[in-house]
Amino acid sequence: MKARVHTVDLDWWLIALVAALCCLGLLEVHSATHRAMAGMVWRQMGWVGLGFLALWLLSRLDYQWVLDRAPLLYMLMLGALVIVLVAGHARFGARRWVEIGGIPFQLSEFAKLVIIIVLARFLSEVRTDRLALADLVKVGVLVGVPLVLILLQPDLGTALTLVPITVAGAFLAGIKWRHVLALVVLAGLSLPVAWHFVLKPYQKARITTFLQPEKDPQGSGYQILQSEIAVGSGGLWGKGLGHGSQNQLGFVPVRYSDFILAALGEELGFAGVFFTLLLYAGLFSCLILNARQAKDRAGMYLVGGVAAILAFHVFVNAAMVIGWMPVTGIPLPLVSYGGSATLFVFMALGLVMSVRLRRFVN
Amino acid sequence: MASRLDDDQKLPQGRLTALWVLIVLATLLLLFGFWRLQVLDTQHYAELANRNRIRTIPIIAPRGRILDRDGRVLLNNYPSFSVLLDRDSPQVVKADLPEIAAGLGMALPDLRQQIAAAAWLPRYQPLVIKTDASPADVAFVESHRADIPALDLLMVQRRNYPPDDFLAHVLGYVGDVSPKDIAKSQGRYLPGDVVGKSGLEREYNSILMGTDGSRRVVVDSRGIVRGTLGEKPAIPGQSIRLTIDETLQRMAENDLDGKEGAVVALDPQTGGVLAMASRPAFDPNQFAEGISPAQWKSLNDNPEHPLINRAIQAQLAPGSVFKIIMAAAMLQSDVLPSNFTVYCPGSQAFYGRVFHCWDKHGHGRVDLRQAIIHSCDVFFYNVGMRLGIDRISYFASHLGLGRLTGIDLPGEDPGLVPSVAWKKRTFDRPWYPGETISVAIGQGATTVTPLQLAYSIGGIAMGGVFKRPHLLALSGPDPERRFPLSPDTVKVITDAMYGVVNDPGGTAAASRLKGIEFCGKTGSAQVISDQTRSHMAGSKRYMDNAWFVGFAPRQDPQIVVSVLVQGGKEGALAAAPIARDIVQAFYQEKAQRQPQYAKKESNPAVETAQASEN
Repeated sequence: MKARVHTVDLDWWLIALVAALCCLGLLEVHSATHRAMAGMVWRQMGWVGLGFLALWLLSRLDYQWVLDRAPLLYMLMLGALVIVLVAGHARFGARRWVEIGGIPFQLSEFAKLVIIIVLARFLSEVRTDRLALADLVKVGVLVGVPLVLILLQPDLGTALTLVPITVAGAFLAGIKWRHVLALVVLAGLSLPVAWHFVLKPYQKARITTFLQPEKDPQGSGYQILQSEIAVGSGGLWGKGLGHGSQNQLGFVPVRYSDFILAALGEELGFAGVFFTLLLYAGLFSCLILNARQAKDRAGMYLVGGVAAILAFHVFVNAAMVIGWMPVTGIPLPLVSYGGSATLFVFMALGLVMSVRLRRFVN
Repeated sequence: MASRLDDDQKLPQGRLTALWVLIVLATLLLLFGFWRLQVLDTQHYAELANRNRIRTIPIIAPRGRILDRDGRVLLNNYPSFSVLLDRDSPQVVKADLPEIAAGLGMALPDLRQQIAAAAWLPRYQPLVIKTDASPADVAFVESHRADIPALDLLMVQRRNYPPDDFLAHVLGYVGDVSPKDIAKSQGRYLPGDVVGKSGLEREYNSILMGTDGSRRVVVDSRGIVRGTLGEKPAIPGQSIRLTIDETLQRMAENDLDGKEGAVVALDPQTGGVLAMASRPAFDPNQFAEGISPAQWKSLNDNPEHPLINRAIQAQLAPGSVFKIIMAAAMLQSDVLPSNFTVYCPGSQAFYGRVFHCWDKHGHGRVDLRQAIIHSCDVFFYNVGMRLGIDRISYFASHLGLGRLTGIDLPGEDPGLVPSVAWKKRTFDRPWYPGETISVAIGQGATTVTPLQLAYSIGGIAMGGVFKRPHLLALSGPDPERRFPLSPDTVKVITDAMYGVVNDPGGTAAASRLKGIEFCGKTGSAQVISDQTRSHMAGSKRYMDNAWFVGFAPRQDPQIVVSVLVQGGKEGALAAAPIARDIVQAFYQEKAQRQPQYAKKESNPAVETAQASEN
């Protein structure tokens, strides 16, 4: 029952969209960094190349084979997260980084991938259209353990991205409405607990700033305000690549990474943002289509999880840039600068391709 | 593996569709958010972005200079640096404050308070945190350009008021514009502007001030300047030339040194003020540098009132100088014949009270001329009694007393000429005829300023042409007021005033000037009654004020000088010599100015002799 897999059968629409987004990202990374940090764009180009290679390699790999190794991957992930906590490099006050061959990696990015695989395996084995409470609790524990480990780093942004994977999985598995209700109530009750015992002071500051930006317009609210100014001043057509004052003079915070959409909005205007979001909408549509056409539920869960986490990234990041959400450190997939994050997206898309290439095989 | 695939191929397509719809809706919602920011509100954000990147650095216009009548510089500027704090990125500023305070030698709480006080100003407007920076301060700012970009230097021209309080009351001083003045200026003044607060600085502020320029620069998020957008140069204030003669002014101030009093010298032909001194004085630099509350309190509470410009604000009884007004009134009204005489036995009773002449031995029979030369009180008691208060009041006010002269200085006081109506209005009491007797010799309720006396006597000597006093050298015709006096009146009075100085028995004979027709009238006015004085054990405060008003020459006078020395007792001793010095200096200068004498400048002695022959 060995499948015949052809590279020509890849989703070329999806690849074209990914390439277009990467090009936009490289343009804006160049514009944002060419003055002060020349060379970043070349490194990002390297990551993108590496990403396409990873995508192709993973598409060759049978996702069933991957799913079979889900328990092993899960244990490896937990071990790695513990190691990061104990021996990781501190950057920006958080231990998120490990060096592999001299290159810093953010392990929590790969944790996302593992969670997608583990959930796909677990939910496909439940084999039901009505998720029982016991199974829901098991899902909660499976996700909860790595989530707490990531929170301890602390990396609130990545920890939060595990939530949409879980929610999407539970939704596709047919969660019961009363369980949804119960979860919402539970979340509401645990919020004060999380506030007091889980969140670090700077995380709390970000959230209070978001809720009351006028309270401290010069401190934490500064980033959001400057981002909004950049986006708003871009206008319909933008100030032109390399001509955004907010971007070029350094008013936009981390303009090559988390706030790259603000830089893009300033220099390419609403037209540029519209085009970018259109590309993402196309990408997500391709993903949903691939999920529909999956050979089995496991494949659908894999693709659905990838779609959910990427969409979550895009929407939360864009909402943050226009001041609708607090600063959480969630980058814009494929556009923001960053090796680990870019590689994660390509590997996730590689898994999607793996599902696609095997859709007709029986 | 196969067992897991069994009925697994039926996928929840509906839920996948729901997921897709959710994604599309979220995309649309976000697009709406961007549309609102980038299309609907873009103007607002474009302005905020410009405010971020563009910093306006003021270029301060220097104030105009003030020159004397010959173009000698009386008031100039000196270049100085102010330290500016850019508050564009307050979180950066906050972190650097301790280092800034230490580097500039300032107290950290003071600096914080200064910044807090300016919180209402737009944030893109830099704040001056230290004026008149020392070379060390400048070096500190320059050497920390990279790590404290919020600091900047501003070159300003500051007022350099002359030493020894020279011309202090006339020049006035500058200071930061008050919120009240900003509100009144209809946008002409901005917070932080330096404007004239008193004296000529205030009177001619609009000429002297100039218009500040600005330079627009692009700064990055750390406040470092990346380029210049444009520059609007400052328009310097215009200089003004005064009628003041620096030499006479110095003479007046030297002669007044250590005294309380004032000197005013006018050119009666034009109204130009040649000298105006008031002592004690203050140092205007204290105000320009920002006066401390303690300094202000000590100046304000000083019993000698150094802030008062006595030349235009001291309202005191004129004493015997007022007899000139009486003489003019007597000659111009037909109540008394011009050859009216009185026998002075040393005192005379009026309305049941004995009024003394200053000379207990009496002057014998005196006419108007003798009465002026010897300053006979009894003669003028009689003149006053016969003229009556209303006639005296009429002439006094038409001869320039009891009203503002209209000099171009803020804060002039009008003095007072009493009348029946004034008494009724102010005290709701009838006028007692006995009061007229006191008024006739310049006592009683009558008060004048030194400027008014010079203006009035000068006008009388000019035959009733009263030129409005002014400090600014005017190009057009001099404003004047006429109250024609008959040539006879003028001749009698000026001849008598010539006698005061030049007759051997004149009250100011000691101040005679060889070769100059120096005329004048002494006065000494009581501050308090004789009985009260006996209790005060001779305190200087309550001694008679000494007056002298003189002019030269007798006809067509070129200069009139009014001198007040408070507590100087006798006009002849305390005041007349000062007037004499000034008149003498005036003639010496005049000689130097004449071209035919210019060659002989190398020999001052010759000059003096020639001047004396005039």
